[in-house]
Amino acid sequence: MSEMSIDWAGLAPMIIVFASAFAGLLIEASVPKARRLVVQVGLAVLALAAAFIAVVLNAGKSATAFALEGTDIGSVALDGPGLFLQGTIALLSVVAVLLLAEQRTTRGGDFVSEAAVVADSAADIAQRRESGATEIFPLTLFAVGGMMMFVVAGDLLTMFVALEMLSLPLYLLCGLAKRRRLISQEAALKYFLLGAFASAFFVYGMAMLYGFAGTISLTGINAAGINSNEPRILLYIGVGMIAVAMLFKAAAVPFHMWTPDVYTGAPTPVTALMAACVKVAAFGALLRVFNVGLQSSAWDWHTILVVIAIATMIGGAIFAVTQRNIKRLLAYSSIANAGYLLIGVISLGDAVGQTMFYLAAYGFTVIAAFAVVSLVRDGDDEATDLSRWAGLGKNSTGTAVIFTVLMLALAGIPFTSGFTAKFSLFSAGLEAGEIGLVVVGVVSSAILAFPYLRVVVLLWLNEPAPDAPTVNLPSPMAGTVVAAGVLATVLLGVAPGFLLDIVSEASTFLGT
Amino acid sequence: MMSPEHYLILAAALFTIGAVGVLVRRNAIVVFMCVELMLNAGNLTLVTFARTTGTIDGQVMAFFVMAVAAAEVVIGLAIIMAIYRSRRSASVDDANLLKA
Repeated sequence: MSEMSIDWAGLAPMIIVFASAFAGLLIEASVPKARRLVVQVGLAVLALAAAFIAVVLNAGKSATAFALEGTDIGSVALDGPGLFLQGTIALLSVVAVLLLAEQRTTRGGDFVSEAAVVADSAADIAQRRESGATEIFPLTLFAVGGMMMFVVAGDLLTMFVALEMLSLPLYLLCGLAKRRRLISQEAALKYFLLGAFASAFFVYGMAMLYGFAGTISLTGINAAGINSNEPRILLYIGVGMIAVAMLFKAAAVPFHMWTPDVYTGAPTPVTALMAACVKVAAFGALLRVFNVGLQSSAWDWHTILVVIAIATMIGGAIFAVTQRNIKRLLAYSSIANAGYLLIGVISLGDAVGQTMFYLAAYGFTVIAAFAVVSLVRDGDDEATDLSRWAGLGKNSTGTAVIFTVLMLALAGIPFTSGFTAKFSLFSAGLEAGEIGLVVVGVVSSAILAFPYLRVVVLLWLNEPAPDAPTVNLPSPMAGTVVAAGVLATVLLGVAPGFLLDIVSEASTFLGT
Repeated sequence: MMSPEHYLILAAALFTIGAVGVLVRRNAIVVFMCVELMLNAGNLTLVTFARTTGTIDGQVMAFFVMAVAAAEVVIGLAIIMAIYRSRRSASVDDANLLKA
């Protein structure tokens, strides 16, 4: 009789999120439409908060969740980085859910009521007055559950299932905008086709690594990197293809083409979710794959990853300079930030903690930035063209001050989280001997500061147009999002010590 | 006699055909079918390696990949249908509103 031991407490965060997602589907079917929004938002926030508490209760754990007759089965590895990133994802997604639930800035929210109605038909124009569909909340929970699974996946199969789990709901969420539905659907189509293309690469790469190592567990692949007798070409193809799929999700050049289009076309709350949470999940998994699974073959992939990191940092920054649309600007800045984070991945064990700190700091700043973008409106549409933002500081001083703080944080000005995060990440890179990469990173940050500071100048020093966009006052929902983001940005800039302590405690992967 | 190498070469060929198809074909449905072809090439590789390494993981993974691919079809066809109904076209070239 084989004895399977399961660490239920360790799995609790994921179980809570997935169970609530299913409960959300039942609510869709059983609760009257008028009350659904309150129930769904309440359930989602409670579930994510409970998941966060469950993660905190697991703190300090470093073990696999499953064991068969005393032998560890590594499919779910609950260790410092995994748990820290799970907690970060839970917190960021609470904030993102509040933004998804915002109903006051535009009547009925940003989401379409019946996605099956043909876009721009008479029925579609009529349903614009109705409040948005509430199935976005279960979808979000499924995606968040997938992200939480992605960062603790200890073998390639779990990682693949988690990758799809987080991607599939996001494809749908991208296509559910109420305004500009054609553009939103187009973003969903692009994201879906390219995402499915990337997952096919993941499957093939996974098969190659399995052929090379004879196992799919990351620790087994690491061991095989030293002592496998199989042809090494299998390892090269496998690493290359898996890296393509994950760098696609992380939006690294040259796998970034979808990012500006999808960030622009998707409803802004979904963009915020992608920019913050998916970034955390993708880099969490990249850190784990390269630290746990591919450390022994570091010589084989180091050069190509360095090239990608440099292309990402420089490419993202240069394209950001030329953007005239605030959402595209933030998209290219997220690409450049993926480049900085790649320095942390390449530096391996020396920079895990600092990379995680950067992810948390960047996540809160970018979520608040997108929240502010969703407040500035031309009538019912968002005023995303930068020229429309001219002189916003004259009419809506509070919003402009907040956005200025966020822009300065993204530009990496001292006393904001952007500065402490970049500083600690780049110093970790230097310690790991990646001097060239850090130099490129600093140059890229300098280039990237220009578009941010141009936005600040535009906000304060230009005269507003006579038909300037209005800033719609948010309900407590989006208000909380902006407040939480700004608070985290300033707090991590002024007193980053407590979080830096946590990440340095939690920076050892199980199996390294 | 068929050796495992034959299957691996066949899978590699299928994967390449699929990848080229994704890059050159313009109909979203066909692009999507090419992605499915790539996934199945992955599956064939997985079961072949399950045979050569004498482990069962590869066969299990092939089942998971099939299940995930089925879920992906549901999502994909829903998105393509929504686009087709609004535009009367499933060509990826016609979806060009997002050019900078």
